[in-house]
Amino acid sequence: MTTPIKAAQRLGETQELAPVLLRTSDLTMRFGGLTALDKVNVDVRRGSIHSVIGPNGAGKTTLFNCIMQANRISSGDIHFASERLVGLTPDKVAAAGIARTYQNIRLFTGITAIENLLVGMHRQLKSHWWEAVINSARCRLDEKKAHEEACEILNFIGLSGRGDMLARNLSYGDQRRLEIGRALCTKPKLLMLDEPTAGMNPREITEMMHFILRIRDVFNLTIVLIEHQMRLVMQVSDTVTVLDHGVKIAEGDPAHVKSHPAVIEAYLGRAAHRQEQPA
Amino acid sequence: MQSATQHLSWTKPLTPPAVVLPLKTGIITGLLAIYSAAVGILKLFFERDVIVDTLTLGDLFLATLAACCGAYVWRKSTQAGHIRAAQAFAAGLIAGLILVGLVVAVTQLNLRWMFTALSADLSRTLTYKQGALAGSLMIIAASMSAALCGALLMSMSDSLRRSLLWSMACVLIAGVFQELIQISLRFGGAVAAIRELLYVWGGLTVQGAAIVFFFAFVVLQALDARKRRGAATTLKSPAPKARSQLASALLLIAVLIAFPLVAGSYIGQVMMLVSLFVLMGMGLNIEVGLAGLLDMGFVAFFAVGAYTIALLTADSEYALAQDTFLPSLNFWSALPFAVLAATLVGVLFGLPVLSVKGDYLAVATLGLGEIVRVLVISDAAKPVLGGAQGILQIPKPHIGSFELADPVSLFYLTLVFVLVAAYIAWRLEGSRLGRAWMAIRDDEDVAQALGINLVQSKLLAYGLGAAFAGLAGAIFATMLTSVYPHSFSLLISINVLALLIVGGMGSLPGVIVGAILLIGLPEVLREFDEYRYLFYGALLIVVMRVRPEGLWPSPQRKRELRAAEKG
Amino acid sequence: MMTATNVLPERRARWRISFSAATSWVLRISIALILVAGVVGSILKDRYSADQWFDLVAFGITIGSVYALIALGYTMVYGVLRLINFAHGDIMMAGSFAGFFIAASMERSGFLDQHPVLAFAAMLAVAMLVSAGIAVLTERFAYRPFRHVRGLAPLICAIGVSFFLQQSFRGFFGAGLRSYPDPVWLRAPVSLFEFNVPAVQVLVVASAIVVMLVLYLIVHKTKMGTAMRAVSEDVETATLMGIDVNRVVTFTFALGGAVGGVAGVFYGLVFKQVYFFMGFTPGIKAFGAAVLGGIGNVPGAMIGGIFLGICESLAPALLLDGLGIPAPYQMRDLIAFTLLIAVLIFRPYGIFGERLAGKRG
Repeated sequence: MTTPIKAAQRLGETQELAPVLLRTSDLTMRFGGLTALDKVNVDVRRGSIHSVIGPNGAGKTTLFNCIMQANRISSGDIHFASERLVGLTPDKVAAAGIARTYQNIRLFTGITAIENLLVGMHRQLKSHWWEAVINSARCRLDEKKAHEEACEILNFIGLSGRGDMLARNLSYGDQRRLEIGRALCTKPKLLMLDEPTAGMNPREITEMMHFILRIRDVFNLTIVLIEHQMRLVMQVSDTVTVLDHGVKIAEGDPAHVKSHPAVIEAYLGRAAHRQEQPA
Repeated sequence: MQSATQHLSWTKPLTPPAVVLPLKTGIITGLLAIYSAAVGILKLFFERDVIVDTLTLGDLFLATLAACCGAYVWRKSTQAGHIRAAQAFAAGLIAGLILVGLVVAVTQLNLRWMFTALSADLSRTLTYKQGALAGSLMIIAASMSAALCGALLMSMSDSLRRSLLWSMACVLIAGVFQELIQISLRFGGAVAAIRELLYVWGGLTVQGAAIVFFFAFVVLQALDARKRRGAATTLKSPAPKARSQLASALLLIAVLIAFPLVAGSYIGQVMMLVSLFVLMGMGLNIEVGLAGLLDMGFVAFFAVGAYTIALLTADSEYALAQDTFLPSLNFWSALPFAVLAATLVGVLFGLPVLSVKGDYLAVATLGLGEIVRVLVISDAAKPVLGGAQGILQIPKPHIGSFELADPVSLFYLTLVFVLVAAYIAWRLEGSRLGRAWMAIRDDEDVAQALGINLVQSKLLAYGLGAAFAGLAGAIFATMLTSVYPHSFSLLISINVLALLIVGGMGSLPGVIVGAILLIGLPEVLREFDEYRYLFYGALLIVVMRVRPEGLWPSPQRKRELRAAEKG
Repeated sequence: MMTATNVLPERRARWRISFSAATSWVLRISIALILVAGVVGSILKDRYSADQWFDLVAFGITIGSVYALIALGYTMVYGVLRLINFAHGDIMMAGSFAGFFIAASMERSGFLDQHPVLAFAAMLAVAMLVSAGIAVLTERFAYRPFRHVRGLAPLICAIGVSFFLQQSFRGFFGAGLRSYPDPVWLRAPVSLFEFNVPAVQVLVVASAIVVMLVLYLIVHKTKMGTAMRAVSEDVETATLMGIDVNRVVTFTFALGGAVGGVAGVFYGLVFKQVYFFMGFTPGIKAFGAAVLGGIGNVPGAMIGGIFLGICESLAPALLLDGLGIPAPYQMRDLIAFTLLIAVLIFRPYGIFGERLAGKRG
């Protein structure tokens, strides 16, 4: 298994060549009088891990919601691959190849782990509902394939043997991974993870870090990551975007962002920034 | 002892003094008894014999209340045995006193102008026609001894108590349903001998009750002993379990086919109604149980099915054949149109409320259902739908030259449809669409973000649910040979919803259990028909509080429970 | 550095307007067309005199203020618990029955005709007590266990409570209609802007306004009212601030029940009858009014109720008559329910735009 640093470097070399997969142009989102996102321009390059960081209330999750078209954006534009996303419904966005997870895990709690994965496969299954009733050959084949794939994913996320458990009865870490697994089942090109390490201890965070890198390599994905854990962000990211109060205040590779004065100011406040300067 | 507890109560606030528990329980029990009297159901209970001329349902009801009171006190109390018994005794006393208070109030004051059920007649019945003083003493004595019996029951071993209670339940069933049982036992020499042993014309005899009780008791004890031995030695493997499930399903179907033949046409009629509601319950189960769309206007689809059949087949002035080019159809050729029309209305019904969620959806659909009803009754629709007088003379279905006229043959027809519908519902539940529905039920936004088309899935849920209801409506119309708007009130929706919830949402066997309990039982106990919706209301509250997964939950819910027990 | 060349032009056009949005627009346009056609038709027909119009408006305001009173109960409970108290209509019915029995016994002793003010006050007081008592009991025994349960269970339980109350009253007092006492002082016409209005309507509207004012003061000026508003904003924070949520909830139910009881008496006085099922339809309509005014919003519920009353009263004459529908007054409920559904579909957060509805579900 590649160490995180190496993986980042390897991609770092090819970063300039990779095409833009997701682009938001002047994305603005207002809720009443509050501007949650203000003319945000973000380019996510294919194959990269792109982190979005910022203090609480900076508009990170709103950015995800806007990309998914869960909210109708106020102005600006979003393009994904060759498609304009604005005005689509979330299911069409998912069909275009974007999948996401949620900050507070949102599994389908009333059904089992494997069924959660199968729901994620919804788009992959092509048989019509009436074919299920007459139990057509295509439907049976579809279901069989889906079950096999779901079992593979279940193995991949380390939940083999727990497929028949109700999602709500899984442990916290398992729920996190199951949610990621469910997103993977939609066969996305772009995976958006919203604070995958929230509420985890340092050891679990390290595991999650390796897990994210493995996902990228195995499934050949592009990942957008909202994260508060700076250690993780610095180690896995190819590019980091910093949001504060809905404004993009910095962007670049982790080292660049780390030393950016605006970022330090946003995180530690003006006074801290001034103290930092002489040192 | 008591004063000591009181003295220490400030240090141990969790232990109430020994007096409070029986006082509270007794008062609640007494109030329940008064409620049952005031609401009028007690009077009806007293009119129904369990054992001829010996024990009425009313006596049994009051005794059960007092026994529950005693049992509750016994279970909750933390005192030593003899004090517990005294507590139970006291609780019985208090409950009895309250009931005596009611008797006094009824005889002294005129409450009749307000509470229609509180008549002097009732107080005479309550005092066993023994006059005020002797009767009151009897009430108190009976209440105290019943409470003591309750406490005694609780002090027994589990297995003994279970056997005793079930045996009593058997006697109750044998007594209350005596008419049906007697009708079913009308054939053959040996069977008739059993009947004569247990029953006279009016009902169960004392001798019969004793026989039933002991027979049930012995059988239950034997079963219990075998189970205990069995549990120690073997565990069933899953494969024969699946086979035994299939076998029991087949057996159930066989019983369903044979039963109305044995039990006569009245039972046939009841079973017919039950199966109609099973059909509707399965439809609503798709909407509520699977897709989580709480639809309270469900009756509209039922009405559409019924009216479509009426308009296409009836021999009346409103029939479409009268003033359009359409030919008059028979039941079979009209049936697809009825189902189709209901499906269409279901989709149209779902369209406007697509974006309405949760509680609001319930109210919105209720409003839609009411709109349909108001429209059907109104003068505006009268030239087409016949207004409040409805459409008459709908023919019964024929197979060849055989007319399915009597309820039993119609029941078989419905049974076939129920089986087909159950198969479809079962297939859908495990399909891609079924999973999409469950995902929508659990979290609509996430489901959509995973690529599920909400519009399509929800409309399919409405449409398919409506199709089932339309089918039921079509059969209903030919069963009654007429349709009136008043048959399609909100109460039907409530009926279906209640049976679904009581049986267990998302569970097909649950629907059947619910329908038998909520539709079949009130049909059999016709004289309590007035109290049907009271029973529903109470049942909804109790089931939601005590057993929210329903009486026969779906395997998923069962799994969930098992996991919860483990964790 | 950021070259746009990598983002290709659009590959294919997709439907940019979602299906639900399209349906909702089709609905809106058709409703607007029907409205315009109906109103124009009615104006052209010119069938009603000014007197009749005034009567309709007066009746609309009267029944609207009753709806407003019921809606207040819904709105307060929803604000605090996020629960549709489905049984609220039946709590109103209980108040109506209580008022009826007091009035009937006073009528027999002649008190009702001799001391109108005292008799009226007694009716209201007893109705308020009974309704508030029943409301508190239902909360304690039926709703409290569901305080932290999400999903359909609380609503289903509320439906159960509704049926239980209805059917209990049917058992207690019989299934038939009982007619409300109709003393002379309620029948006397009152002159208002050169039009005659029955005294009962004036009385109902005036008292409803007084009740609403008092309620507004309770909610906005008392400590308990402040606690109530705090709980509806954010239960957890309110708890942290030392507010006893159970007490607040009980108080809310009592207050809502009492106002519902007043509404019950008024409803009985206006329609001159009581029966066990009377609470259902006004209950649903008042819920619509509460949503219309923005659920959780007390002044909104008042305005919503009166608006609904006027719509319901005017629409048959103003709208349905113009469309040429026979016997338009049968369709009064149709108007109210259509309005209810339209509100739930188009403005679930009310006309004043408070987005409380999204917090649950």
